[in-house]
Amino acid sequence: MFGNLSDRLVETFKNLRSKGKLSATDIDATLREIRRALLEADVALEVVKNFIAAIRERALGDEVSKALNPAQQIVQIVNEELVQILGGEQKRISFAKNPPTVIMLAGLQGSGKTTLAGKLAKWLKDQGQTPILVACDLQRPNAVNQLQILGESVGVPVFAPEVGNGTGNPVTVAKDAIKHAKQKQFSVVIVDTAGRLGIDEELMKQAKDIRDATDPDEVLFVIDSMIGQDAVNVAKAFEDGVGITGVVLTKLDGDARGGAALSVAQVTGKPIVFASTGESLDAFEPFYPDRMASRILDMGDILTLIEQAQKSFDEEQALEMAEKLAKDNFTLEDFMDQMQQLKKMGSIKNMLAMMPGAGKLRSQLDNIDEKEIDRTEAIIRSMTPKERKDPKVLNGSRRLRIAKGSGMTVTDVNSLVNRFEQAAKMMKTMAKGGNPGLPGMPQGLPAFGGAGSQANKNKKAKPKKGGKSGNPAKRAAEAAGISLESQGDSGSGSAFGLK
Amino acid sequence: MAGLIFWRKKREDKAQEVEPVVLETVVESVIEPAVEEPVVVTAVIEEPVIVREPVLVAEPILEAVQLPKRKFSGGIKSLFSRIKFDVENINDLEDVLIQADFGVDAAESIVAQIKSRAKTSGAKSEAELKQILTDLLTESFTRDDIALKLDSGVQPYVILVVGVNGAGKTTTIGKLANWLVQGGAKVTLGAADTFRAAAVEQLATWAARSNSEIVKPTTEGQEPASVAYEAVEKAIANGSDIAIIDTAGRLQNKQGLMDELAKIRRVIEKQTPISEVLLVLDATTGQNALSQAKAFAEAAQVTGIVLTKLDGTAKGGIVYAIQNQLNLPIKLVGVGEGIDDFAFFDAEEFAQGLVG
Repeated sequence: MFGNLSDRLVETFKNLRSKGKLSATDIDATLREIRRALLEADVALEVVKNFIAAIRERALGDEVSKALNPAQQIVQIVNEELVQILGGEQKRISFAKNPPTVIMLAGLQGSGKTTLAGKLAKWLKDQGQTPILVACDLQRPNAVNQLQILGESVGVPVFAPEVGNGTGNPVTVAKDAIKHAKQKQFSVVIVDTAGRLGIDEELMKQAKDIRDATDPDEVLFVIDSMIGQDAVNVAKAFEDGVGITGVVLTKLDGDARGGAALSVAQVTGKPIVFASTGESLDAFEPFYPDRMASRILDMGDILTLIEQAQKSFDEEQALEMAEKLAKDNFTLEDFMDQMQQLKKMGSIKNMLAMMPGAGKLRSQLDNIDEKEIDRTEAIIRSMTPKERKDPKVLNGSRRLRIAKGSGMTVTDVNSLVNRFEQAAKMMKTMAKGGNPGLPGMPQGLPAFGGAGSQANKNKKAKPKKGGKSGNPAKRAAEAAGISLESQGDSGSGSAFGLK
Repeated sequence: MAGLIFWRKKREDKAQEVEPVVLETVVESVIEPAVEEPVVVTAVIEEPVIVREPVLVAEPILEAVQLPKRKFSGGIKSLFSRIKFDVENINDLEDVLIQADFGVDAAESIVAQIKSRAKTSGAKSEAELKQILTDLLTESFTRDDIALKLDSGVQPYVILVVGVNGAGKTTTIGKLANWLVQGGAKVTLGAADTFRAAAVEQLATWAARSNSEIVKPTTEGQEPASVAYEAVEKAIANGSDIAIIDTAGRLQNKQGLMDELAKIRRVIEKQTPISEVLLVLDATTGQNALSQAKAFAEAAQVTGIVLTKLDGTAKGGIVYAIQNQLNLPIKLVGVGEGIDDFAFFDAEEFAQGLVG
């Protein structure tokens, strides 16, 4: 429906490229896009307003105007601020000095409390704890039953003296549960409570009573990552009504951008402890603020990408390669080295997905066959050193042997050799043209694009003469055989002035 | 009010007897306005005679079953508890709409429309502006297909209920079944959520509360499509008026699970057509609801939306975008936790409630 934030910023920055420096108007235009992106991600309006104000202040400061690349700087600021609000570092469950540790779960109806109770129990059990589940949701039909089934499947006992369905007193159950846990020496007590619909004073009081009765070490507020603007009100109500110590985001395996995380973290000031990411009882993990920041912005993780590219880019090897190119003795072995460098950067798909502007390519990304690199590698590895150095010796019987050795067909071998020859030729031209750029990986790569893959053939990048990108990430994308420029938008790929 | 009547086959009568009766009513209803507006008479009177007659012979005879009335009872609250709404503050309306989850685009477009209408009509006072907003919302929510489509005469009418996890599907089914039974319908529920722990038992509890029949999986983890098939099969055998099939909650980006819905549809339709596919949306959901509606509409051919958990705060604005972009009517709303806490969607009531 809408392009993601990075695509939009590309649009905004398109006009700025020549200018270099950002004016206050430019910053406002950028901030408007960021505001919209946050609202579309369901970050609460008041939180967005405060957030944008903070960004504006920093963006107008020296930090940005003095930066080599102001636009990129803004994005970095946004990211930093987001990660900071989401809780810079990870928070862990605090265990009581004298067991049992009591963990109480609270939240709206349908947010996933009972399922989470099961996952949490499993997670704790796997860590060597001896948890017990307590069924205090006596409201929803068969919630008790559900907890019993979950307990059984993760091998954790369930304390459920009441059948529920509207009968029984949850506060009494909670009290008895603690007694029981002490007696039987369980190390952790997980208390599942009834869900509330919106803000219901009676049920809030019940939750408070359960809290008072159990004196929990942690009160985890469970919230659905799909929730909209109401997240602030709900979070406030639970913070005021029950008092929470941490937040759990559920259903993060969906495609919601999860702006609620930001709202809740901001409004309550409480850390997000866990993320629940699927229906299986293992789908439960600690919360990573940086990942969430990228997700909310739908921005593509450009910073990580740059970092990764820089890390795996071996300068020495690059220099060597440049020499080889100049001397015109680029071999299949070098070709393979390049591919291995590329592999070090991680999955091509993931890498491309991190590119700003990649939104437009997203559907095409699925057509990239990552196995192609492996296959190419297999073919080259089936060659003798002599063949790798000098592909000209590859006659029919050698090709047949290589095909058999690598489990491919002779046609595949032929097409690899052809692509290699083309690539070598092209690089030779480039090298002689006096602009090898930073040579390490990219040049050879138009060739690796996929034997016989029609989708990729169309997208092979032709590195522009004299226009090598100074950005390793961008070059990698070119390298991967996908030209961002070919999308008919000369602005993409150079988002944030990375060009 | 919409949705209060469903049609079922008259159990004893024969086709020929009723034919003239139906014809009569058609003609009658046409003549009435014709008295006031004579110009239309000739054109309209001919139509039913020629066009309707052959169809009526084949159609089953239907009797109307009157169902108890349902209204929102304080399900929605005004948007304007936070701001004063006048010409100066008209831009604040955008914020208010955003806070009710209308989304940025819809909020901008509504404010723009109000401005232009206010300019044309010269409206200035708070009351006038509120009226414009009420009208605008009423217009965009008004449509002729918000009633449950229970009038084909092919019984049982099958209602398939779908949605993401925790939206309130099972509860909605319980309330709906109870209301239908109160109205004299015989209802069979199908517990095709065979995934979530205790979902079958939860539905069974609602079946008992509402005096409905229920078809449960016979083996643990039975294929949901086969439970749905058996439920419809039983509904046909026991002469039910309506069969409601519960399905497991699924997130819309899980393609495999969405395909499963298509399969459930197919196996049901081997026996009888599906009358309604209701998508249950939690009113607290934000912009993701649009993505949900799109995916479910595609996979399960959704015919209407149930908006649950309207609890007295202004929210659920995303349905505006859903209706505009996907052309899906909101049919029911859930307004509380009790068995009677649901209502039929009414555009005017909804708009008036929001504007307050």
